[in-house]
Amino acid sequence: MDLHQLWTILSTPDNVPIVLLLFVVPFYTWYGLRQAFANDRLIAELEANPEMAKTHHRKVQPYKQGWAKEVHVWPYLLRIEFLAAIIVTVILIVWSITLNAPLEEPSNPTLTMNPSKAPWYFLGLQEMLVYFDPWMAGVVMPSLIIIGLMAIPYIDANPLGNGYYTFKQRKFSILTFIFGFIVLWVSMIVIGTLIRGPGWMWFWPGTTWDHNRLIFEVNRDLPDIFGITGRIGKIVFGAIVIALYVAAAALLIHKLITRTEFNRKIYKRMSVLQYVVMQTFLVIMLSLPVKILARQLFRIKYVWVTPWFNI
Amino acid sequence: MPETNGHNGQPPAGGANSGGDGNGGGGKLANVIAGAKAVHAKAHEELKETLKAPEKTDVWKSVLRVKHDETPRSRALGVLSNVFLHLHPAKINRDAVAYKYTWGMGGMTFYVYITLVFTGTLLMFYYHPSKVVAFRDILYLENDVPFGKLLRNMHRWGAHLMVIMVELHMFRVFLTGSYKKPREFNWVVGVLLLVLTLLLSFTGYLLPDDQLGFWAVTVGTNMARATPLLGHAGPFGPQLGMTPFNDVRFGLLGGSIVDSNALLRAYIWHCVAIPIIASLFMIVHFWRVRKDGGISGPAPVQLEREMKEPRKL
Repeated sequence: MDLHQLWTILSTPDNVPIVLLLFVVPFYTWYGLRQAFANDRLIAELEANPEMAKTHHRKVQPYKQGWAKEVHVWPYLLRIEFLAAIIVTVILIVWSITLNAPLEEPSNPTLTMNPSKAPWYFLGLQEMLVYFDPWMAGVVMPSLIIIGLMAIPYIDANPLGNGYYTFKQRKFSILTFIFGFIVLWVSMIVIGTLIRGPGWMWFWPGTTWDHNRLIFEVNRDLPDIFGITGRIGKIVFGAIVIALYVAAAALLIHKLITRTEFNRKIYKRMSVLQYVVMQTFLVIMLSLPVKILARQLFRIKYVWVTPWFNI
Repeated sequence: MPETNGHNGQPPAGGANSGGDGNGGGGKLANVIAGAKAVHAKAHEELKETLKAPEKTDVWKSVLRVKHDETPRSRALGVLSNVFLHLHPAKINRDAVAYKYTWGMGGMTFYVYITLVFTGTLLMFYYHPSKVVAFRDILYLENDVPFGKLLRNMHRWGAHLMVIMVELHMFRVFLTGSYKKPREFNWVVGVLLLVLTLLLSFTGYLLPDDQLGFWAVTVGTNMARATPLLGHAGPFGPQLGMTPFNDVRFGLLGGSIVDSNALLRAYIWHCVAIPIIASLFMIVHFWRVRKDGGISGPAPVQLEREMKEPRKL
């Protein structure tokens, strides 16, 4: 156990936001889901009791007959904003007094940093470079993340849960978002920051970063495992494997979408276009963990080998 | 003469002058002193009134335009008629002011953005975007400029804080389903703002011209050479005639390597272009929050059996 190495990584100034992220993301996930579960209990109560549903104010927040529905922005909101501004300022100034921004040696194109890391918020993408070629990990995937995020409001056909926390009424969308945001995005940032060392090799927290470490691992292409050597053969084989993956993933996602009675109801509301767009993005998103597993468990580098691109 | 002087509120010096060019003598002097005392008393009286009720002065009224008192109407006007506060409605859902629902992340992101513009502008006074002096400017800033180190630290940590807050803001908006009708488009604007935030932070990374920024930007822009069709190492790029000297990476860096042109480009994107674009999108974002009916909740919960039939396409 090399505690000094662990401390060096954790206390690198630019890694401090990740340490912050490690606390803040679980906290707010808990904070949001707790309110979601509280609302879900209220919803269950109201579903069971239609009489109560007619008269209830339908919030978990305290309520009394005769209370105004709205309050004045001045002072009730502005004082909170003012307080928030002061608190953020204090945090920022204390943080800036106690911790210095990093400044390394002057830039030197002849001296490569090892490991040479992108800023922390792009480390998820850099980690993806292990599993995909740069055109996928650096260009196609980020573009799809952006477009996919923009598409969310237009493919979510579920009208419930608009303006309040709930888990029960939006299980599929919330679990999908948590999978994409926390399991893929945040945890890959954490891996890229805390675990990847020299040569972008995997160093568990607490082990020493050994700059002379060598790993003898031969990554193989899937066609080679099956003994396919011809160029055309590899192209056709890869296309078939990818097609099989797409079919299997689409089927699995379809099963998930139509698993419960409620989900089937929402599914019926979707237009064909909405369904196709959603399937496309989910199938591509799922390809990331699948490729990670294929690499980590079976040492597979490429599945589809062509003269122009490799996947 | 002293009376008229006092009446006009002229300084006592005027009285003294008129005394000086006259006949002279003790009587005149006494007159001048008496006049000065009257002016003094009047000024004292006026000052007392002003301090007692400053809101009644013309200056005050000209600045604030409307009268403020303890009425609900006046409270509403205080927000609506103020250029900085008119982004807010006059009244708001009573449960929405609780931190619990909103987490305050959107507002705090905007506040951090303002502090970044402020500290960034101050940093620009000490920084030349030139390969020769950029790194030395940072050293100068850290070691010689009063509070220079604090300034740079605040800008750096503020930027990190902004990225974290933007992501949490998006998380909250998703969890509360606030992107749903009628706020679909504002979510799209928000995603663009997230991208712009990341780009702002990334372009700033290169500016100190140290090893950290240099290699981070080298790694980052090396991806651009693999852009399909538009990069010289990307799929179908070479077939379309892409070389290291005409592809999309060359356009980003202003060269085939991260050098002085890249530094200048990063500087201009970071300090001028992206802040302007981001500000425009922020204007739209905030405007749409209001036009789409204000903040989304906490709304009364809806029940499954109350779901309306889907609208026809």
